[in-house]
Amino acid sequence: MADEKSKKSLKEHFQDFTESQFVKSIFRSGVPKTRRQRMMVVLNSVFLHLHPARLPKHAVKVKYTWCMGGLSFFVFLVLTVTGILLMFYYRPTVEYAYGDIIDLKEQVPLGIMREIHRWGAHLMVITVWLHMFRVFMTGSYKPPREFNWTVGVVLLVLTMLLSFTGYLLPWDQLAIWAITVGSNMAGATPFLGTNGPGAALLAIGDVNFVHSASDARFALLGGRFVGEATLLRFYVLHCIGLPFIIMIFMIVHFWRVRKDGGISGPT
Amino acid sequence: MQTLKHFINVVSSPKIMFTAIIAVFFIIFPPSEGLWKVNKWLKIDRLWTKRGGILIFSSLLIFFLFGVSDHNFQKIVGKPDNVPIVGLLFLTVFFLWFSLKQARQNDLRIAQGLKPHEADDAKEKVLVWPDLVYIEFICLIFCAALLIAWSIFLKAPIEEPANPTVSPNPSKAPWYFLGLQEMLVYFDPWIAGVLFPTVIIVGMMCIPYLDDNKNGNGYFSFYERKTAISIFLFFWLVLWVFLIVTGTFLRGPNWNFFGPFEYWDPHKLEALTNVNLSELVYMIFLKRSLPHNIFLRELWGFLSLFCYFGLLPLILAKTALKGVYQKLGNLRYSIFIILLLMSVGLPLKMFLRWTFNIKYIVAIPEFFFNI
Repeated sequence: MADEKSKKSLKEHFQDFTESQFVKSIFRSGVPKTRRQRMMVVLNSVFLHLHPARLPKHAVKVKYTWCMGGLSFFVFLVLTVTGILLMFYYRPTVEYAYGDIIDLKEQVPLGIMREIHRWGAHLMVITVWLHMFRVFMTGSYKPPREFNWTVGVVLLVLTMLLSFTGYLLPWDQLAIWAITVGSNMAGATPFLGTNGPGAALLAIGDVNFVHSASDARFALLGGRFVGEATLLRFYVLHCIGLPFIIMIFMIVHFWRVRKDGGISGPT
Repeated sequence: MQTLKHFINVVSSPKIMFTAIIAVFFIIFPPSEGLWKVNKWLKIDRLWTKRGGILIFSSLLIFFLFGVSDHNFQKIVGKPDNVPIVGLLFLTVFFLWFSLKQARQNDLRIAQGLKPHEADDAKEKVLVWPDLVYIEFICLIFCAALLIAWSIFLKAPIEEPANPTVSPNPSKAPWYFLGLQEMLVYFDPWIAGVLFPTVIIVGMMCIPYLDDNKNGNGYFSFYERKTAISIFLFFWLVLWVFLIVTGTFLRGPNWNFFGPFEYWDPHKLEALTNVNLSELVYMIFLKRSLPHNIFLRELWGFLSLFCYFGLLPLILAKTALKGVYQKLGNLRYSIFIILLLMSVGLPLKMFLRWTFNIKYIVAIPEFFFNI
């Protein structure tokens, strides 16, 4: 009896394992060999069921999709993971921020987390742009997908805002002056910025309601110039606020792709 | 060699380059039947074939390799934060060619009464596991490999610690906002930094509701949608990518223009002889001093704005855009035309600046209201 058992090949052991109660409890449909199992593996998986089980062939071709939407999502995930790792080593204060970045650069042998995060951020802006370009060139914004295009525009804006808020965090010259240039524009918002047209009209007698400590720029920076409060504000927006919002819009975007009849195609 | 570099420096100034691009743009991407015929006659659509692609790419590459041999060019292109823009440039050109190549093939098929090639593929259904999952997986691996290689070979930049008292010259916004910063040359911040971004975002959201052409949904095509594609490409390529490239590579200290092979001299002087429209009218044409009353002073500016945004849409609705007006109806036509006129306002203001040195059309600095 014992002899026979030891004669089992490695392949058979593997088969036993894949059919065991333990594995079956995780992968309900087993190894996807048959057509039915291949459909079930997509339907049963919370991640894979972003996709339908079957697609028209043009929809899987890279020459049609350019894979840019998927890559944008993938790069977003990479940025989330590397961002979480960076958060362990970074303190968003004027005192520590710059030094922490220098430490990441000089104390971590072969460390490339910050590089992946920074170049990934640039890459995500590019992939989102190209995704939009592809969607436009295939006319995929046309009915019934009009609303999902507008959701996509929001996602594009959020992507750039995420990148913009992250730009400040290294707290070097490049960072604060880029944010200074960018946020100076907010001071010129009509009615809401001190240097904007119409702001002077919002006054009673000599009392101005909109001044440099109450305007749109102040709200963005948490101060009259890019400083401690701005760093904290941008840090929270970059790590929690904007990712939270972009996730909600991403959920709607993906959901609507399916609900609007899947990926676009010729009728 | 030096003469060639000097020539490129001169022609790449926004004045010449931008004018040249606008002059040829609507022939390369024709928005109307007439221009489409010109395009066909000049055989420009041959660019969207394999041979055309090789031609486009090799000329881009040759320019680049030629450029990298130059010290000044190398310095600006090799800046770590500028590398993605170089990548973006190549990717944009590639995907532009790639989409138009497929569009051209489909146009030819549709002209023969066939369905687009996507329709042939779409007849067959495939399973997501494994047919899509493995493609996604390979793309993902490639992307990850690219990112890791990029990160190993190019260190993320870190400059001197932040110092609010020393501002670098030039101070540049992140690269994806440099199109907006470039607009600051021609408009005040409330327009370039607030109004235009809002209009861009709202305008993009409006696209599906303004374009009521049912053709070309779900496959690459050009001919059936030439107006929509031409307008979109104009904004995307010229008013966005081109301005970003100009803002990144060709704007140096004091936001002065520098050619790609020019040394960024912080002491370069450029004469500013810009005048406001009111000054042009009263002081130069009428030879008298400016009136004290603000509204009287800016009357001409307000009048021209009224003509541009008030009368022009009405005239266009009766003439050139009659068909568009009838198709879209009152509300949608109004939105469409206001968005269009606003965005055409940018190149228009650029030309006014270059030809008449116009600074502001309406200048009321008392209320920060300058247009």
